[in-house]
Amino acid sequence: MYRFVIRRLMLAALTMLVVSVLTFFMLRLIPGDIVDLMLSDFGYAADRDAILRELGLHRPFYVQFGEWFGGLFVGDLGQSLWTGNTVTHELGRRYPVTLELSLIALVVSTVLSIPIGIITAVRQDTWVDYALRSVSIGLVAVPILWIGTIVVTLPALFFGWAPPLSYVPFTEDPIKNLSVMVLPGVIVGIPLMGGTIRMTRAMLLEVVRQDYIRTAWAKGLQPQTIWYRHAVRNALIPVLSLIGLQIPFLLGGTVIIEQIFNLPGMGIYMLQSLQNRDYVPAQTIILTFAAATVLINLIVDLLYGVLDPRIKYT
Amino acid sequence: MAVESTRPQGAPAAARLPRRASGGFIGLVTRLFTEKPLGAVGAVIVMIMLLMAVFANWIAPYPYDEPHFSDALQGSSFSYFLGTDFIGRDLFSRLVHGARVSIVVALGSVALGSILASLIGITSGYMGGKFDTLVQRLVDAWMSVPPLLLLLFVMSILGPSTLNVTLVLGLVAIRESRVLRGAVLALKEQPFVEAARVNGATTLRILVRHVLPNVMVPIIILASLRLGQVILIEASLSFLGYGVPPPFPSWGRMLSSESRTYMEIAPWLAIWPGVFLSLTVFGWNVLGDALRDLLDPRMRGTGGGYRSGS
Repeated sequence: MYRFVIRRLMLAALTMLVVSVLTFFMLRLIPGDIVDLMLSDFGYAADRDAILRELGLHRPFYVQFGEWFGGLFVGDLGQSLWTGNTVTHELGRRYPVTLELSLIALVVSTVLSIPIGIITAVRQDTWVDYALRSVSIGLVAVPILWIGTIVVTLPALFFGWAPPLSYVPFTEDPIKNLSVMVLPGVIVGIPLMGGTIRMTRAMLLEVVRQDYIRTAWAKGLQPQTIWYRHAVRNALIPVLSLIGLQIPFLLGGTVIIEQIFNLPGMGIYMLQSLQNRDYVPAQTIILTFAAATVLINLIVDLLYGVLDPRIKYT
Repeated sequence: MAVESTRPQGAPAAARLPRRASGGFIGLVTRLFTEKPLGAVGAVIVMIMLLMAVFANWIAPYPYDEPHFSDALQGSSFSYFLGTDFIGRDLFSRLVHGARVSIVVALGSVALGSILASLIGITSGYMGGKFDTLVQRLVDAWMSVPPLLLLLFVMSILGPSTLNVTLVLGLVAIRESRVLRGAVLALKEQPFVEAARVNGATTLRILVRHVLPNVMVPIIILASLRLGQVILIEASLSFLGYGVPPPFPSWGRMLSSESRTYMEIAPWLAIWPGVFLSLTVFGWNVLGDALRDLLDPRMRGTGGGYRSGS
């Protein structure tokens, strides 16, 4: 068990290293560097070299990389090249938005889709099954950029009501915060539902064909007991790993919904940083998303072992 | 895949595919329409979109970039089937041409992506050892970052253009090289691969003549499942301003924030691009799903399936 965790953590660290190296050097390939932007668009300083020196960009790439990467280990995420604020400060304001969106999306989609998946399996090949499955297939095809746009623009036209588009931090006013965040959060969660519903249904149908379920029927147990105590519990374990796999898509979805609902999260910051060639925040955001994905998948793998004692880690 | 050993000498390469897969295109279509009604619906939607893309110039009543300033922001009428946008361009014409953009980008990138995923998956699985470890760590790194963000990154390096979007969306397939690698890992222990090696076949020959034909079915299935996903990501990239550049009509960009100003007075601008986009993605998704079930039922649950595009 410990050897498994340690090996996975080492693999995760390696993945993080690869992600940092790749994003660091890819960012610097973007044509039109920050110095040109500062000179031409804003006239910050008279000559290139002065800016380069001030930003520390005159040093070789590997020195800059070393400085940034080394800083990560002591909690120093570097500074925004434009504002001079530390990235820790800038992200500190923004990550709660993205985190809250992701949590709402994940909770809503899981809480809704697992029961729907169970119903479709229990009522296999009835009209309930067909209807719910068709809806779930349809939901995945509807892009969040469309639902988001519709929700933001059309209610104003038809009902004279528009969803609030000004973000309020949760710590300031929880109720106002939720009234802004729940709608975009749910929209991000919608495409995730299709996968979870289908997986729940498929796994449940596989489990109910197992011998121990037949034994349970033969013993004369109540159908409820068989379905919920024997079947569902075992069927849900693989669904867990699907949720882990959905994390990168979930985070990608927040980028779009933040744009539509004007939420000051990491996705918008990432887009701004890319446009401004603000290298340090952009590479840090990518790394944060990667770390979240790798970590959640590790946790999912470990939970597997807790939920199913037959699984041994070597 | 024991088909290999029973193959008569000199049979054409296609005969090496499992029987079910090569049972004829007509047979496959017949089975699609009789056994998979939903997949058949998908096929019909996809066909309509393809026809729209090919014959866009004949179907669309106006060129996609022809402004009619005096008719700006009009609703549906006989001259403008689905209304007009803020400079009076015909929305229906733009949507029809948008199908062309969407389909060209999707098909191009899926073809590229299949080649890329096969190259990575097959070599990595077959070679094994250090090469495999190295490649898989790179794939790990790729898989850990939201695809949309990575593609945004690459697009800002290359600059927005239709060709670049096509190339970059091909990278989406890297994620799926895992499935092919898994298939190859099982395949390379098969007797016929060993036999080929004993016969003195070069690695390249084994890969191309013996391994590749046997993973053709998963490659096709993964490609068909990826189409819907790629169309969604193209729309998302264009939506964020990193995809297909103006003046080409992209469904994603038509929904973007710069056009949102007009949607409150002209709701059709918000509705129709999304309808076209969703229908196309839906069509490809259910078609891909049905193809997977017909070609190789064991692949259930392996593919991207119904994953959101972003």
